[in-house]
Amino acid sequence: MLRVEGLTQGYHSGGGTLTVLKDINFTLEAGGFLAITGPSGSGKTTLLGLLAGLDRPSAGRVLLDGIDLGALDEDARAALRRRKVGFIFQSFQLIPTLTARENVQVPLELAGEASAAAVADDLLGRVGLGARGHHYPSQLSGGEQQRVAVARAFSTRPDILFADEPTGNLDGANGGVVVELMLALNAEFGTTLVLVTHDLEVAALARRQIRLADGRVVDDTGA
Amino acid sequence: MTTLGFAVRLAWRDARASWRRLGLLTAAVTAGVAALVAVNSFTDNLRTSVAEQAQALLGSDLSLGARAPLDTNAVAMRFVDSLQRAGGPEVAVARSVSLAAMAYVEASGTARLVQLRGVEPGWPFYGAITTEPAGAWAMVQSGAVVVDPSLLTSLGARLGDTLRVGEARFPIAGTVVNVPGEVGLQSAFGARIYVAHRLLPATELLGFGTRAEYDIAFRLPATIDAQAVAAAARPALREARVRIRTVADDRDNLTEGLTRLGQFLGLVALAALLLGGLGTASAVHVLIRQRLDSIAVLRCLGATSGQIVLAFLLQAMGMGLLGALLGAAIGVGLQQAMPALFADLLPVDVQVAASPMAVLLGVGLGIWTAAAFALLPLLGARSVPPLATLRRLTTPPRTRWDGSRIAAILALVASVVGLAAVQVGSLIEGTWFAASVGAALVVLWLASLAVIRLARRFTPRRGSYLIRQGLANLHRPGNQTVTVVLALGFGAFLLTTLFTAQVNLLRDFRVGEEGERPNLVLIDIQPDQRPLVEEVLAREGATATAFTPIVTMRLAAVAGERVSTILARGGASRAPGDTLDEGEGSGLWAVRREYRSTYRGELGPAERVVAGTWFTPADSGRGLTADDPVAVSVEQDLAAELGIGLGARLVWNIQGIELHTVVRSLREVNWARFEPNFFVIFAPGSLEGAPQTSVTLTRVVDPAARGRLQRALAERVPNVTSVDLGEVQRALEAVIGRVVAAIRFMAMFSLATGAIVLIGAIATSRWQRLREGTLLRTLGATRAQLLRILLVEYAALGLAAALVAAVLAGAAGWALAHFVFETAFLLPVVPIAVLAGGLVLLTTVAGLWSSLDVLRRPPLEVLRAE
Repeated sequence: MLRVEGLTQGYHSGGGTLTVLKDINFTLEAGGFLAITGPSGSGKTTLLGLLAGLDRPSAGRVLLDGIDLGALDEDARAALRRRKVGFIFQSFQLIPTLTARENVQVPLELAGEASAAAVADDLLGRVGLGARGHHYPSQLSGGEQQRVAVARAFSTRPDILFADEPTGNLDGANGGVVVELMLALNAEFGTTLVLVTHDLEVAALARRQIRLADGRVVDDTGA
Repeated sequence: MTTLGFAVRLAWRDARASWRRLGLLTAAVTAGVAALVAVNSFTDNLRTSVAEQAQALLGSDLSLGARAPLDTNAVAMRFVDSLQRAGGPEVAVARSVSLAAMAYVEASGTARLVQLRGVEPGWPFYGAITTEPAGAWAMVQSGAVVVDPSLLTSLGARLGDTLRVGEARFPIAGTVVNVPGEVGLQSAFGARIYVAHRLLPATELLGFGTRAEYDIAFRLPATIDAQAVAAAARPALREARVRIRTVADDRDNLTEGLTRLGQFLGLVALAALLLGGLGTASAVHVLIRQRLDSIAVLRCLGATSGQIVLAFLLQAMGMGLLGALLGAAIGVGLQQAMPALFADLLPVDVQVAASPMAVLLGVGLGIWTAAAFALLPLLGARSVPPLATLRRLTTPPRTRWDGSRIAAILALVASVVGLAAVQVGSLIEGTWFAASVGAALVVLWLASLAVIRLARRFTPRRGSYLIRQGLANLHRPGNQTVTVVLALGFGAFLLTTLFTAQVNLLRDFRVGEEGERPNLVLIDIQPDQRPLVEEVLAREGATATAFTPIVTMRLAAVAGERVSTILARGGASRAPGDTLDEGEGSGLWAVRREYRSTYRGELGPAERVVAGTWFTPADSGRGLTADDPVAVSVEQDLAAELGIGLGARLVWNIQGIELHTVVRSLREVNWARFEPNFFVIFAPGSLEGAPQTSVTLTRVVDPAARGRLQRALAERVPNVTSVDLGEVQRALEAVIGRVVAAIRFMAMFSLATGAIVLIGAIATSRWQRLREGTLLRTLGATRAQLLRILLVEYAALGLAAALVAAVLAGAAGWALAHFVFETAFLLPVVPIAVLAGGLVLLTTVAGLWSSLDVLRRPPLEVLRAE
């Protein structure tokens, strides 16, 4: 599903180059569940961004379902994300001007799905927010917002889901609910899960863990 | 379809959730569209009214006009005969004669300059003259007069009083309420008096030297095509110095004039709309900045940059549509007020009705403006990386200079030029207008940057914290200096420039009570009347300046070519005099006109020689043959018009005798000065024996004494017209004042748009201001202190905008005075200060009103919302 070869990312900073990821290599099979852990500044989020095609690497490549993301322009990568990728973010990233239902509908509508509203209602019901579809994000609690984000992430039944600290802004109880939902939907739809987290308890639920330090892989339970 | 469908849904959903913020985007184009719809709809009404009332405007089907009696003009009489033969008894003819005269009533102590019109029964054939009382017009032919109401007031007369004009006496039967085809303000230059044509000789005013306008009006049967008759007769009549007018000619000329007026006012309205476009651009820019997170999420979820730009573009266009519809509704309402604004300036009764074309055009221009101005900032949405969902952008995305951006800039420029060209009906004029507005905005923008710099440099380091904080807001990140100076400064600049232009234009005509400039002009004095005039003047303690002789003449040949030949070939190009051909109406005026020339050996105070030399004693030719020409001095613009220079030969026809002249010098003349100025001056010793009248000027400060003098002159020398320059000045002020008021009314829309843009700018930075206010309050600032900070900030912003506008308007006013009016420049300080005060007040009120939230919202609410 996901193949990473010699992935390196650096930024120009203060006249020199700051390398935040160095020569990352791994492969993740379809339906797998990978947790990426590491201390702050170790390059976790940068890696996630590259894996999801949100950014281009300085060197190396990411193959998603056999497609080299680096060879695509931004709009082509957007089209690929629309077809195959789902996202969950630490800060929920719901669109504040859309209702919960409309937030869930967006990826479906982008894909030209005619039954977007029905699918969104169904998914909101599954995450326990069936009655809150008409509420705006500002009218929902943090846990509720993240549940809407989970429903949105699974709305197009993506092949792979990237989650960046999905419980980072939630208390234990709400975090637990969100993780359970992710796992249940992962099991139901066979979606590959890639999770960046600080939370070792959440990481422990993954079938494979990669630990980063200073931009390098220091531990890979699947290697 | 997916792309459009998604974009439409996103645009709608996003708009629905933030209607208040977008409302300002809507309002940005409202004022401009309102002004455009009002002006264009009113212009349409005018055109319709002119078309409907065309016959009444001329009062006949056809009319002849000349400066000399038509009954002794063989060509004119042949034309009348031919019409009467063709139409038989169905052809009706009515003569009328108009002249300036002095009028007074026995009981009053003063006399007034009037426009006397003697009319034959039946005049006008079309359109009703309304009088007060209603039956008064019928009494004109039985020996009474109807007069302008203003004459009764100025002479202290009443209906039934006897009016003395020249040697004749007429009872006043009524006052004029409306005469079709005449402009109300016309009476400001001399009240109108209507009298029976047959009674004119009794006034004994139609003697030598009288400037009168002779007309013959015709009512024609349907079998005669007035237009065809006029076209066939025009060349011969023109050569005989007779003008011919038809209903269609008048309608076309008037329609063209009114259309130009409408187009000009429309441009002022368009300036407001373009300013609204800038407001839209600024609002969209901020909108995109606020939507960065949402756009990044959408990108993450697979939306293409095209879909996102399209969605927000549709949103801007939708808001533009709403704003334009609202503006159109307001414009239709405002249109009702337009006739009052132009009252007394228009020769037609305007029937006000909304014009669907004007409404459609206004709405279309509104949407187009919103789209054209929104596109450029919207392209910024393409640069938002999806990675921003993971890492918040610390700086706005870098501007991408690619084909799309360049295309958007070109589209914007083309749109502005196109909008102006559509409004003014000419690509070249549209381009000039767009360039001028662009230049003004660039200068305002540069000035706003200078204000920011100055504020940064000179914000005091000590003193009241509240003042320092308020002033620092002028240059801190997120300041509104550029917006305020640009948006409000533009409207203020327009208004101030108008005011400065008006003051400078009228200043030269000001005769006033102080100074030594003459305030009374006596014209048409016969040579034998000079001692009598001097005696009357002396009795009132006044002295006349020198009597300036005036000899009327016409050109017979220019540079060896007979005028009849020039006229026959229609003034075809004669380098550099192709200006001779000025088209129908004004064409060939320089060769065809009657000249009123003088002879003297000294230059006047309002003229100077720019080429050649002034007369010397050697210039005393007799002018009877080409070998012995008289030297003349010609005004430089006339020389250019005739295509002649120094040494050119001109032959003049003076009362039937031809006089040969040679151009010895060219003069520049300041026509704006009330001096006896002339196109052509003859060397002394040449015209003394020619039939002539003279003109003189005098100064009588006391209005009562002036009135007595005018009255005495009217009694003793009835043919002498005395023109009170104070009256002329007031009339000019009235006319210019009305026109300027109309332009100012349009310019007010720019100021209104500026205020809306300002409110929009404040609203879009509302969150930042709330946060700042909250933090200050958390740190112990009271509401009163916050209010004072805001007060200082907005007052300073208003002052900055006013100062920039005043400086720019001063420069524009100077340029107008120097290059257009050709007069010394005066900056009207007090009115500009009042205008500036108004702008400060407007900015402060708008600013504080939009910032009330900062004072009202509890700090905890804001902190929690973060």
